[in-house]
Amino acid sequence: MFPAQLTYHRAGSVAEAVQLLSDNEGAKLLAGGHSLLPLMKLRLAAPAVLVDIGRIEALKGISASDGGITIGALTTHAEIASSDLVQQNAPVLAEAAALVGDPAVRNRGTIGGSVSHADPASDQPTVLTALGATFNVTGPGGDRSIAAADFATGLLENALNDNEVLTSISVPSVPSGAGSAYVKFSHPASRYAVVGAAAILSVSGGACSSASVAVGGVETKPARASSVEAALAGSDLGDAALDAAAAAVGGDLSGDPMGDVFASAEYRRAMAAVYVRRALGAAASRAG
Amino acid sequence: MTVPVEITINGKACAGEVEERQLLVHFIRENAGLTGTKVGCDTSQCGTCTVQLDGVSAKSCTVLTVQASGSSVTTIEGISDGVDLHPLQEAFWNNHGLQCGFCTPGMIMAASELLRNNPSPTREEIRHGLEGNICRCTGYQNIVSAVEDAAGKMGGR
Amino acid sequence: MTTRIFGSGIRRREDPRLITGRASYTDDIKLPGMLHAAILRSPYAHANIRSVDASGAAGQPGVVAVYTGEDTDGVLNGLPCAWLIPGSDLKTPAHPPVAKDKVRYVGDAVAVVVAESRYQAEDALEHIAVDYEPLDVVINPKAAAQDGAPQIHEDVPNNIAFTWALAGGDTDAAFADAAVTVGDTITLQRLIANPMEPRSALAQWSAATGELTLWNTSQNPHIARFLTCVVTGVPEHKIRVIAPEVGGGFGSKIPYYADEAITAFCSMKLGVPVKWTETRSENYLITTQGRDHIEEVEMAATSDGVITGLRTTVYAGLGGYLSTASPGVPTILHGLMYSGPYNIPNISGTVYGVFNNGCPVDAYRGAGRPEATTLIERLVDLVAAAVGQDPAEVRRKNLIPKFENGHDVATGITYDSGDYESALDSCLSAAGYEALRAEQAQARADGRCVGIGVSSYVEICGLGPSQVAGAVGFQGGLWESAIIRFYPTGKVNVMVGSSPHGQGEETTFAQIVAGEVGVDVDDVEVLHGDTDNTPMGWGTYGSRTTAVSGAAIAVAARKIKEKSRALAAHLLEAAPEDIEYEDGRFFVRGSPDQHKTIQDIALMANVAWNMPEGMEPGLEASAFYDPPNFTYPFGAHVAVVEVDPETGHIDLQRYVAVDDCGVQINPMIVEGQVHGGVVQGVGPALWEGAVYDDDGQLVTGSMLDYALPRADLLPEIEVHSNSTPSPHHPLGVKGIGEAGTIASTPTVYNAVMDALRPLGVTRVDMPLTPEKVWRAINDARNGG
Repeated sequence: MFPAQLTYHRAGSVAEAVQLLSDNEGAKLLAGGHSLLPLMKLRLAAPAVLVDIGRIEALKGISASDGGITIGALTTHAEIASSDLVQQNAPVLAEAAALVGDPAVRNRGTIGGSVSHADPASDQPTVLTALGATFNVTGPGGDRSIAAADFATGLLENALNDNEVLTSISVPSVPSGAGSAYVKFSHPASRYAVVGAAAILSVSGGACSSASVAVGGVETKPARASSVEAALAGSDLGDAALDAAAAAVGGDLSGDPMGDVFASAEYRRAMAAVYVRRALGAAASRAG
Repeated sequence: MTVPVEITINGKACAGEVEERQLLVHFIRENAGLTGTKVGCDTSQCGTCTVQLDGVSAKSCTVLTVQASGSSVTTIEGISDGVDLHPLQEAFWNNHGLQCGFCTPGMIMAASELLRNNPSPTREEIRHGLEGNICRCTGYQNIVSAVEDAAGKMGGR
Repeated sequence: MTTRIFGSGIRRREDPRLITGRASYTDDIKLPGMLHAAILRSPYAHANIRSVDASGAAGQPGVVAVYTGEDTDGVLNGLPCAWLIPGSDLKTPAHPPVAKDKVRYVGDAVAVVVAESRYQAEDALEHIAVDYEPLDVVINPKAAAQDGAPQIHEDVPNNIAFTWALAGGDTDAAFADAAVTVGDTITLQRLIANPMEPRSALAQWSAATGELTLWNTSQNPHIARFLTCVVTGVPEHKIRVIAPEVGGGFGSKIPYYADEAITAFCSMKLGVPVKWTETRSENYLITTQGRDHIEEVEMAATSDGVITGLRTTVYAGLGGYLSTASPGVPTILHGLMYSGPYNIPNISGTVYGVFNNGCPVDAYRGAGRPEATTLIERLVDLVAAAVGQDPAEVRRKNLIPKFENGHDVATGITYDSGDYESALDSCLSAAGYEALRAEQAQARADGRCVGIGVSSYVEICGLGPSQVAGAVGFQGGLWESAIIRFYPTGKVNVMVGSSPHGQGEETTFAQIVAGEVGVDVDDVEVLHGDTDNTPMGWGTYGSRTTAVSGAAIAVAARKIKEKSRALAAHLLEAAPEDIEYEDGRFFVRGSPDQHKTIQDIALMANVAWNMPEGMEPGLEASAFYDPPNFTYPFGAHVAVVEVDPETGHIDLQRYVAVDDCGVQINPMIVEGQVHGGVVQGVGPALWEGAVYDDDGQLVTGSMLDYALPRADLLPEIEVHSNSTPSPHHPLGVKGIGEAGTIASTPTVYNAVMDALRPLGVTRVDMPLTPEKVWRAINDARNGG
């Protein structure tokens, strides 16, 4: 409840933030604070220096970009949940944003902070993995991009260098006519995802023309369900096809399972198939 | 290390020298002396510290005071003068929407945003809208009734 | 007429300060020069302390003092246990407020830092070096009672603090002769009370006067004063305990804790006010938990489902130390209720109170009775299944028939009044039970997993006759007192020794006075919580405040009325027997125009210009009320659930409650108590449970892991009530604070088991989390 001593800097620009990170070893970025501050309050984290990027206007907002939308890292879950642009281009992202935490958390928590925290129980990393999003990063040497699927490198670990700032996320538009869904098994206490499954399905001539599926919460990072996707390709998206495809998700899990007192690894694995199936069902019903 | 901050709380500028690690809820309670905002947990779950921060509800235990410097905050003490009650306060009273009262300030602050975003919510929507606030006394039922009642009084239905 | 109505659901008089954020809870209080304490807690569940080196903390910024067990040893006395169950071979090992040689649960206090700010105090804790020698740990209370278990207190073999036995009738014969016997092992998991307000203590010592003032989150400030005296040695009359606004307690603010004593110690050493407020994480580690029972239970019945016997063996976990009331909870408040609302002629039970390396266990809402009701109602359902009858019908045929003035049960107690069958009928009718069963049959035919749970219950509350309290080893009385004082303007103060903290008695007590002497409720101010301006009383718990304090107020109010009648007779120049009373007015029979209002009387009594010969001035009365018996509220509840067999998720779809708490003073408040009570019992059935790992670490250490009921997880609670007055209570009231919690855990549990029965599932431990339900279903499918 009482964070340890720290030094606080409010960065006026991304360049300044990068400079502050470079100048202060072990410094942490602070945006909405909803991932970092809880750890600091319990003294599970005690960064000596915080660089607050929360007021950098350049990191805010959602805009249309080539083939999709670009979401500033500071965009809150509430803004994503209510954005028309997101609704038109990647409705599954809005669906998931509305399920994050609770209203006050959605007001302060940002998509950039959430994905950077790399908590496998978060919702948006799973959805962004399914969407094939790209994370745009600025560091001392300039800009680079990281694929969503490569961003989380392990439990609470990401691919950012210590002096890099996640600036925005580029999300390709889902194909016209695609159906998408995010289905979540919410922990009754924390509201984090015990299991979350995202699916984006397109249909052409009665057959599945493209499928993109990811599942989170089960392992230390979200998994792209390529076995499921392969099983769906060309199928009629009928119940039997979806059952069979969902059952294939076990092949997409790397064998690095998470378990706790509420939900064991075995149970999470089983629920991965159930929730993928439910996501597929919802997405299929919305496709066409 | 302390740094100067200035936060507008309930329309009044509150300046202070605070430690950079201080949580906003402690600034509100200790520096501004407004103890209606409570601390009920360590993990941003319970919602007793809910205030309006720059117009939206926020858990003030999960914001640093320095982060909020320059912002404006509304607390339970700011939504009415304590005599002429806000419709939500009146509705919590009329519907027995509280027992021990500890969660009530946060609950009312969360409910006020809920009604701003959805002026005529269903009971189900109210239940979802209050998912970030824990009450241990009422079983929530009369809180839901209070918010429903206030929505009616505030012209939502 | 204004709102003076006894029995009406008027809105609460305590609310304006609460809804505006203007109320003062302990942690809201700030005194000049106040310092802040933080307590270093053992990270080990069981360890010897080799050494404590606090020198590193002393020089830290803002730090004023650091104390360890060496400093408190010999200054603070041990924390006492105040419920010494006779005939149970009770062991009461020492409980030092600050551990010096050994720690017995994670959270045991080891040192305290006093600093200028709480942040600084927390920082300094990290500079105290403690050398621990870890010892083996035991958490499961049955395992703890076995030979070879790690021994937690040297003088307590097998960790068994007490063995309490109960026998009525001939249980062995009943089981030997029974056509049907059923049995189960039921785990009532540890629960964390979770009042939204964490505990807090603010101590102010004055060396000049020798007075100690303690603001404290207490349900019973007079007991807190008494125990502060016992632990600190400050004489009782020099201690003032103030329980200001208290944000819920649910039993966890009954006990006297080390933290209060440590805070007082710091203030006495330093001569300045010192405040300590627990964080929620601390609350989870150190504030007493509830339940922790392992119950091996069986029931005997005829082939027609008539219950003939009940037999139990219970292992009740106590945690690392005895808490203030802990021995009484799994015994007196539990075993004596084994008959429930049923005729059970033969009952025997053995309860082992067992130390284990968890947080101390004490009263939590319902305290012993949910643990009893759950085992009875589970067994009744098993009997129903065994004899192939509807569970509601099996209940009906075993219920004690209606009685108005006393019924003895095999456990040796006498229920006051009951009409259990009416409650069951009301509930079945409100739920539409027959239609529900038809819908269930259809749902099952459709492959859905729907369950209906029924429970009947009776509980013991309104604690209680002090003579009985003494006989069962409670180290105090259980009476209450009240003072009613009229001022010249006709306004009234009511001062009580109990200490409501959310239950609304500032309103219901005013309603009692209004009902008795006809003043407006707004003219009555109820004072409580401050030992300096209230008469002695034993506190608010056990659904006793309205039942016992309320009775004291009624008796005092009747004294006011009789004095007023005599004074009115004098002023109206009539004989007292010719004075009639109605609605706040005293008048000569047949001449209502010739009257004096209660306000007229209050004025004259206070100025005393014209009093009858021998009558004392003033209009004030006090009463000490010691109840002749406990009260026994009862009722019946029904729940409907649907289980998702694919995931194990349970959807609680309907909940219907019929409760009979006797006469209701304020039905709105009664209903609110039922709502909250029911939800606190649903929690442990579905979500709540404190889990320790094998090392004694609390795995569910925050609200991120310990799942409390939330608004969006609950259905609307359908509340109905009957009213069977208590025959011995001046107002006929019984108490309602705990009823919902006592009834709802077994109701929901039975509903889920009803849903799972066709799948072949026979048992699942609470809480019924999705994984456990999913596993049970899979195990049953796999022939398990």
